[in-house]
Amino acid sequence: MWADYLEFWRDRYPDLLTAAREHLTISAVAILLGVLVAVPLGIYLSGNRKKWVHSVIFTIANLFQTIPSLALLALLIPLLGIGVKPAIFALFLYSLLPILRNTYAGFQSVDPSILESARGMGYSRTQQLLQIQLPLAFPYIMSGIRLTTVYVISWTTLAALIGAGGLGQLIVSGIGVNRTELIVSAAACAIVLALLADRLLGALEKHLSKRARTSKSEASLI
Amino acid sequence: MIQFDGVNKVYDDGHQVLKNLNLEIKQGEITVLIGPSGCGKTTTMKLINRLISPSSGHILVDGQDISTVDPVALRRKIGYVIQNIGLFPHMNIARNVGVVPRMLKWDKARIASKVNELLSMVGLDPRIFGNRYPSELSGGQQQRIGVIRALAADPSIILMDEPFSALDPISREQLQDELIRLQHELKKTIVFVTHDMDEAIKLADTIVLMNDGEIVQAGPPERILRHPANDFVKSFIGQKRMQLEHPLRGSLPVASDVMVESPAVASPTRGLAEAVKMMEKRRVDSLLIVDKGNRLVGSVSIYQVLDHYTDESKTVADVMKPIEHAVKTNTPLSVALQLMSAHQLPNVPVIRDDNEFVGLITRGSVVSHLAEVYSEESGETANVG
Repeated sequence: MWADYLEFWRDRYPDLLTAAREHLTISAVAILLGVLVAVPLGIYLSGNRKKWVHSVIFTIANLFQTIPSLALLALLIPLLGIGVKPAIFALFLYSLLPILRNTYAGFQSVDPSILESARGMGYSRTQQLLQIQLPLAFPYIMSGIRLTTVYVISWTTLAALIGAGGLGQLIVSGIGVNRTELIVSAAACAIVLALLADRLLGALEKHLSKRARTSKSEASLI
Repeated sequence: MIQFDGVNKVYDDGHQVLKNLNLEIKQGEITVLIGPSGCGKTTTMKLINRLISPSSGHILVDGQDISTVDPVALRRKIGYVIQNIGLFPHMNIARNVGVVPRMLKWDKARIASKVNELLSMVGLDPRIFGNRYPSELSGGQQQRIGVIRALAADPSIILMDEPFSALDPISREQLQDELIRLQHELKKTIVFVTHDMDEAIKLADTIVLMNDGEIVQAGPPERILRHPANDFVKSFIGQKRMQLEHPLRGSLPVASDVMVESPAVASPTRGLAEAVKMMEKRRVDSLLIVDKGNRLVGSVSIYQVLDHYTDESKTVADVMKPIEHAVKTNTPLSVALQLMSAHQLPNVPVIRDDNEFVGLITRGSVVSHLAEVYSEESGETANVG
């Protein structure tokens, strides 16, 4: 049995690599967009006092989360067609809530007395945000991003159903031609990708926190 | 010097926290703002670094209206220490202390030497503590850092908002002592908010006592203690402290301090004519009747004696009334006075633990005791009579 797999990998590893690259690109773009939208939104919400704005934004983010992924992809076909674009968009919607929640929680976790003393000592609004709040909320934001990354990578396999490619494509073909090696290999690849991404982000978080702690000037964090 | 000129602060909900505040805070002194919560003391302090803006009126620092100064620039020139310390947990101690100098763009060497100087000044070795993080320090150490952080850029004004109230009593005492020592060297203008009168008395050059958005009394601690402006000040200072300031050094007067020691007494066998004679001689209107063991058996008043005067066979024992109320020698005066007023007694006898009669508290003896106390406290009152 192992011989089958070895042979399979020897023949098909360029396909696996290509699929993995596509897979990673789709996931990464979706998460990056998610970060770009959800982090600023979380920061805005943490400073916002109007209750209804909170409920509206969190309800919308929650709503996206509740739509079954297959249904969401199907719903996007009439709007964005098929291919990479709707897949990225759907995954982006999924990534919003956890990043938003964690960013918000991170900013909320900053002790108000720390902000008061910063303000009283003459930190401008921007300095407070960049030099106090962001570094302190950073571990929360990162854990949100890590969490999102892991499951966006696993959901990206579904994107193959609307023709976005990636490792899901290999699994779908594997099912079609009834080749277990193909299915298992692609699935294993997706798992390895998710684990690696999580590790990588963990290391990045550690590195950045350490830098924030030891750097000579707070400005280096920006 | 900091001047408040007709400052009002009204919140959006219409609550007026400061009512036409006029105050001058002197250069190089510790001015303590004190009062019950909600009295406006913290608001007053926060007006100085524009954390709060007045609804009307002006605040001048060294003659300049601070509403014309950029708040961020203003705050960098004013030290600020808060109750919850507010050290930045992601920065080590050296960087925490150097926060304002860094914002003011001092060069690195100057910041480093200033940080080391300040840490040494509060007895924390810069080589050990400089690299630690706030969470690795005790509460007292953290607030020491909070204080020296406010001193870092050498501001002439420092605002301290109940800085020591969250600390344990021992750390609090230590930090108060250190503040006094630092102030002795540095001569900063310190505005210190507290609700603790002991702390205010210990630290203040000037106490500003506030209530309900107004200044009730301002002056040196000594003057406020000796001449409280009204009942609010008295109650805020507290009865205990008034008595501490008292010549009796805190000992509450007891019955034996106040009593007349040799009141008019008679034995039960005395005749009525003798009783009248004795009263005449002692210039009193009643006699206490004691037995041979010097134990109290009753009292007679001149009216009771005169009612039965014609009956020559009667003795005072026949006409006397039993004693209903007596106090022990160590009974506090306040209790004795309550007893007297509750039962409308003109006087109350004082007995020892073995029931032996030792003296009498009369209205006159209470008055002369108080007169003694107050004439000792201030020479003026003795001359009034």
